[in-house]
Amino acid sequence: MPTVGVNRDLLFRALGRTYTDEEFDELCFEFGLELDEITSEKELISKEQGDSKASGASDVILYKIDVPANRYDLLCLEGLVRGLQVFKNKLDAPRYTRVSPVSGQPQRLIITKETAAVRPHAVAAVLRNITFTQERYDSFIELQEKLHQNICRKRSLVAIGTHDLDTISGPFTYTAKPPGDICFKPLNQTKEYTATQLMSLYKSDSHLKHYLHIIEDKPVYPIIYDSNGIVLSMPPIINGDHTKITLKTKNVFIECTATDLTKAKIVLDMMVTMFSQYCSKPFTVEEAEVVCPDGRICTYPELAYRKERLSSEFINHKVGINESTENIAQLLTRMCLLSRATGVGDEIEVEIPPTRSDVIHACDIMEDAAIAYGFNNITRTTPRTYTVANQFPLNKLTELLRQDLAAAGFTEALNFALCSQEDIGDKLGKKISETRAVHISNPKTAEFQVARTTLLPGLLKTIAANRKMPLPLKLFEISDVVLKDDTKDVGARNSRRFCAVYYNKSPGFEVIHGLLDRAMQLLEVKSARGDGYHIQAADDSTFFPGRCAEVFVHGKSVGRLGVLHPDVINRFELTMPCSALEIDIEPFLGHTAETLLTHDVPMQEVVRHKFPTLHEPPQALVSHPASTKTIFGDMSTSVGLKALNDFLADKSYIEGFAASQADTAVFDAIPSAPSSNLCHLMRWYNHIQSFLRERPSLPLAKGQFVLPSTPPPSSNANDNDDDFDLFGSDDEEESEEAARIKEQRLAEYAAKKSKKPALIAKSSILLDVKPWDDETDMAKLEECVRSVTMDGLLWGQSKLVPVGYGIKKLQIGCVVEDDKVGTDLLEEAITAFEEYVQSVDVAAFNKI
Amino acid sequence: MADTGVVEALLRLVEKADDGVDSVQVASRLGVDHQVVVGAVKSLQALGDVISADLCSSKHWELTEEGTEIAEQGSHEARVFSSIPLEGLVQSELMKLSFGKIGFSKAMSNKWIRVDKTHEGGPRIFRTVDSIVDQVQEKLLLLQKGSGSELEEKEKNELKKRKLLSEVTVKSYWITKGSSFSTTITKQETELTPEMMANGSWKEKKFKPYNFEAMGVAPDSGHLHPLMKVRTQFRQIFLEMGFTEMPTNNFIESSFWNFDSLFQPQQHPARDQHDTFFLSDPALAHEFPQEYLQRVKKVHSEGGFGSQGYKYDWKIEEAQKNILRTHTTAVSARMLYKLAQQKFTPVKYFSIDRVFRNETLDATHLAEFHQIEGVVADYGLTLGDLMGILHQFFTKLGLKKWVEVGNSGIFRPEMLLPMGLPEGVSVIAWGLSLERPTMIKYGINNIRELVGHKVNLQMVYDSPICRLDS
Repeated sequence: MPTVGVNRDLLFRALGRTYTDEEFDELCFEFGLELDEITSEKELISKEQGDSKASGASDVILYKIDVPANRYDLLCLEGLVRGLQVFKNKLDAPRYTRVSPVSGQPQRLIITKETAAVRPHAVAAVLRNITFTQERYDSFIELQEKLHQNICRKRSLVAIGTHDLDTISGPFTYTAKPPGDICFKPLNQTKEYTATQLMSLYKSDSHLKHYLHIIEDKPVYPIIYDSNGIVLSMPPIINGDHTKITLKTKNVFIECTATDLTKAKIVLDMMVTMFSQYCSKPFTVEEAEVVCPDGRICTYPELAYRKERLSSEFINHKVGINESTENIAQLLTRMCLLSRATGVGDEIEVEIPPTRSDVIHACDIMEDAAIAYGFNNITRTTPRTYTVANQFPLNKLTELLRQDLAAAGFTEALNFALCSQEDIGDKLGKKISETRAVHISNPKTAEFQVARTTLLPGLLKTIAANRKMPLPLKLFEISDVVLKDDTKDVGARNSRRFCAVYYNKSPGFEVIHGLLDRAMQLLEVKSARGDGYHIQAADDSTFFPGRCAEVFVHGKSVGRLGVLHPDVINRFELTMPCSALEIDIEPFLGHTAETLLTHDVPMQEVVRHKFPTLHEPPQALVSHPASTKTIFGDMSTSVGLKALNDFLADKSYIEGFAASQADTAVFDAIPSAPSSNLCHLMRWYNHIQSFLRERPSLPLAKGQFVLPSTPPPSSNANDNDDDFDLFGSDDEEESEEAARIKEQRLAEYAAKKSKKPALIAKSSILLDVKPWDDETDMAKLEECVRSVTMDGLLWGQSKLVPVGYGIKKLQIGCVVEDDKVGTDLLEEAITAFEEYVQSVDVAAFNKI
Repeated sequence: MADTGVVEALLRLVEKADDGVDSVQVASRLGVDHQVVVGAVKSLQALGDVISADLCSSKHWELTEEGTEIAEQGSHEARVFSSIPLEGLVQSELMKLSFGKIGFSKAMSNKWIRVDKTHEGGPRIFRTVDSIVDQVQEKLLLLQKGSGSELEEKEKNELKKRKLLSEVTVKSYWITKGSSFSTTITKQETELTPEMMANGSWKEKKFKPYNFEAMGVAPDSGHLHPLMKVRTQFRQIFLEMGFTEMPTNNFIESSFWNFDSLFQPQQHPARDQHDTFFLSDPALAHEFPQEYLQRVKKVHSEGGFGSQGYKYDWKIEEAQKNILRTHTTAVSARMLYKLAQQKFTPVKYFSIDRVFRNETLDATHLAEFHQIEGVVADYGLTLGDLMGILHQFFTKLGLKKWVEVGNSGIFRPEMLLPMGLPEGVSVIAWGLSLERPTMIKYGINNIRELVGHKVNLQMVYDSPICRLDS
């Protein structure tokens, strides 16, 4: 995040009022900025260079403000003030216009083809009749510097040159020449230098030396001349002294040369939108023409306004608020994004001004709406995303093992994954070329030359740094090393290791060996050759000859243990004998080593997504449902849809925790895509829609959710009830006796069942009835509700439940006969009492 | 336990003396070293109020070794005097005697002798008086007899200066009967033994009281690293919240997954040599999902998916560069891409693992640290959801001011849509470092004391269990 330092008093003068530090901090927060520091030039200098240097410096209070990295329009006082004033509704965002010169032709910058080899792009513009003061001038210079450091990437992408137009005459030529052929008097120098001389002159310049590398090794350097051969600048290094801007300068020629044309246009727009404020006709910019080597003529600055259309629903949904279209348009307008409701549905037309190059997607507009709304005003909600947590098996094993290794008396160390080549090579008696180490190309110190291939050096260094601790030292670490591996997309992979060391007056091989035995016990590997683990003498230059063994698990080598070679111990600045163990623990994952949990991605895409390269027509309409009746009500009514919406508020699916045919059945019952104010339904609808291709393979529904459009004969209603055989036997060879008993029981059961009267399907429903406000007479409301009478409806108990702000809802239960009373009917009847009832929701629905 | 004989003898002496006895006197009467008596006093004190003993100190003069010699043989000057015959003695002869040098100068100043330097055969010494009184010897003898009180302080100090006498401070106890005085004492047992338990003798025995002020013996144990203890707690919190752990065991990442897939432009300063560790071997990643890579290229260079794009020349060469990952979000990108290659189901992911930055190092910055990251992907997630879940997360941490410790946001559509995630899916994410909360929790100011080989193992040994919410 760039930090912009502004003079507090100037800022307040421009804002037209003063603030306390706290008030201003608050204002910054509201606007999405952060007041980072309150300081002064004096304080800054004394902090960096000591009090003595600061004695003469200014005491003027500076505000250091953190600005989001892509908000180039807030990098100077002018932009900050403009942004804040618009935000506070004290100012309408100015309209920036490009104008032709009052008389004559526009200024011209001709690019020659030689520039292609070094810096091919250029744009230009003119600020006419500008009035500088010292403060404006300082801000003008400072903005160039800020742009250079940020979007211009230290001048490598774009370099800005500003010139007193009255000292030169166009057309201007942007070309590139060998450094020896360039000769001019650079800014603030007294004599002429060739470009070659300049490059060596600026080698010792604390500021300019950072930019030399951009062109240093090029055969030709970029250079801009006027029609008389006067040098304007040698971008991206330095301007000529001749065209220097002073407080008296009236007309400014701005050129930006670049390797990235898009950024050059943004930078030019930024310069002219910020400082055209001080032109005699504020916010107008005189155009300039740029002639490309191919003869094309482009006019700059672009000052392009772009229009986007989006819905207020999009903003409301993404932010999690519920504001009217007009309100949202106002919020956006306060963020300098002039917006209006188009009147077509909830559509908003947003105009993105040239100052807001950061707005490249509707989501950026959404973010600005959220800022203007105030993050602190957004209600915090909990995502209803239901998921089951899983541990990464390797980490789970690591966590469990760590606990028990500490319990075995070893202390956990934590070392860096990066180290020097020496640490994993020479010091261990190995050749670095024989390790499978990955090498870092740009380490700042030897500490970061390679990624470690073994945990041992880290543990030995830990001991060396803790020699004062009482012996013995027993350390372990379980962590990753990195090895080159051609089978991986990046050519390297991690390997999880367990390493332990024992450092004492005696080598203690038996201690380390005992730890291996314990670890194997913990990992349920028995001591046996072949299908268990065993150790076997091995040669290894890290270890004392004859004191090293290789660990085999299920016949495969997983690591080594032994007494370290005295040379190795000495190289780590240690003096006592030491034994060590290091093994790979990934072979112990067993069946948990699932391929599912890996960062490896499929290189071939199997699922064919539709990507919006062409304008896609909306999803094909789903064929009209046979029935819209569901247990949630009639899906062709808003009441029914609302009931389903409420049901889905805390559920992902109609049944259980996975998509099933219950979902698709209910989905089919919905005649058309639900409206977006039913957000839970909408989420579920979209989600289920995405299953349509594979719907036949989804699990069958356990219950019936969609009701036939014509009521079926009641005798059939319960047919399915007893059909579940969850624990059905697979045993087909039933004995005759068993078969006989079974038959008999079935006969008895059928007889018993036939005696029972036909069951009537009933449901118990809990309704939430919400009043209009806290003044609604709830007793009267309840009376109204209970006055609803239908065949097959029985009212039950009720209670009042507070919902907030003094408002209470009536929660009332009832039992209905499914065939006679539908929830939609019931809700319609209740909502008919319009003066009392605002809405009716099904809070619970249970089949009896 | 002190010698029981001495203890009993001491008790008998105390019994007889009405107003008490001095431990030094007891020692001399019993003919034992004073320390033995002191030991007996201490062990009696431990039994309760058998005796009461007040510490007192007394000073007395004692002859030094040299002083004792003088008391026996006379002062050096007297011995010089007596060794000079009437005819005198050659000076060099005198100096050969052990007391010659010191005695000579003292005898000279007492004017007992004189030197004739002109004598033939070298300087020669003669008596000047006929007889002398050796006062030094007399005084020392007096002191030795214990009659030092006859001497004046000045005289004693004179002798002290000559290192013949030293003042000794004796600490002793003035011992009187205690409230439960008895000459017969039972020996106290230190510990309960299996024998006592077997024969029941513990019932009769008295046991020495424990000193509850002392520390216990430290158990012989291993210890977990504090940062890892905090990591365990963070894992726990995520698991409690239903988050699945991502496989982050890949420190080496391509710029493509670390930056490009996240819609970070190729000129972004984070991709500088100054901020990121690049690899020289293996320098490049060689395999990418090509279709996806093309979509990423397009969204960067031309836009699409509702975006204007960055409109620059996207280069595969830049994306291929291998690096040490600068955030675990590289893995999140891989996981989200994988998710998009299946039937979309909502997910909650987390990870806690190492990331690397080629930064300037100081007391709070290392080239590598642990990043904690949480990711939720579902249809229709809102900013309110992000704020709500962050609130829940940080409440579990017991942190009130959580704004300061991490970053959070909603992933851009330019990142998600090219992966193939459905249009309505939003992904919210947040991250923070593991080290900072750990340093706050354990009060560590320098990160090097916590992470890396310079760790203070004593700190590791002493660190308490990690309860984040307390």
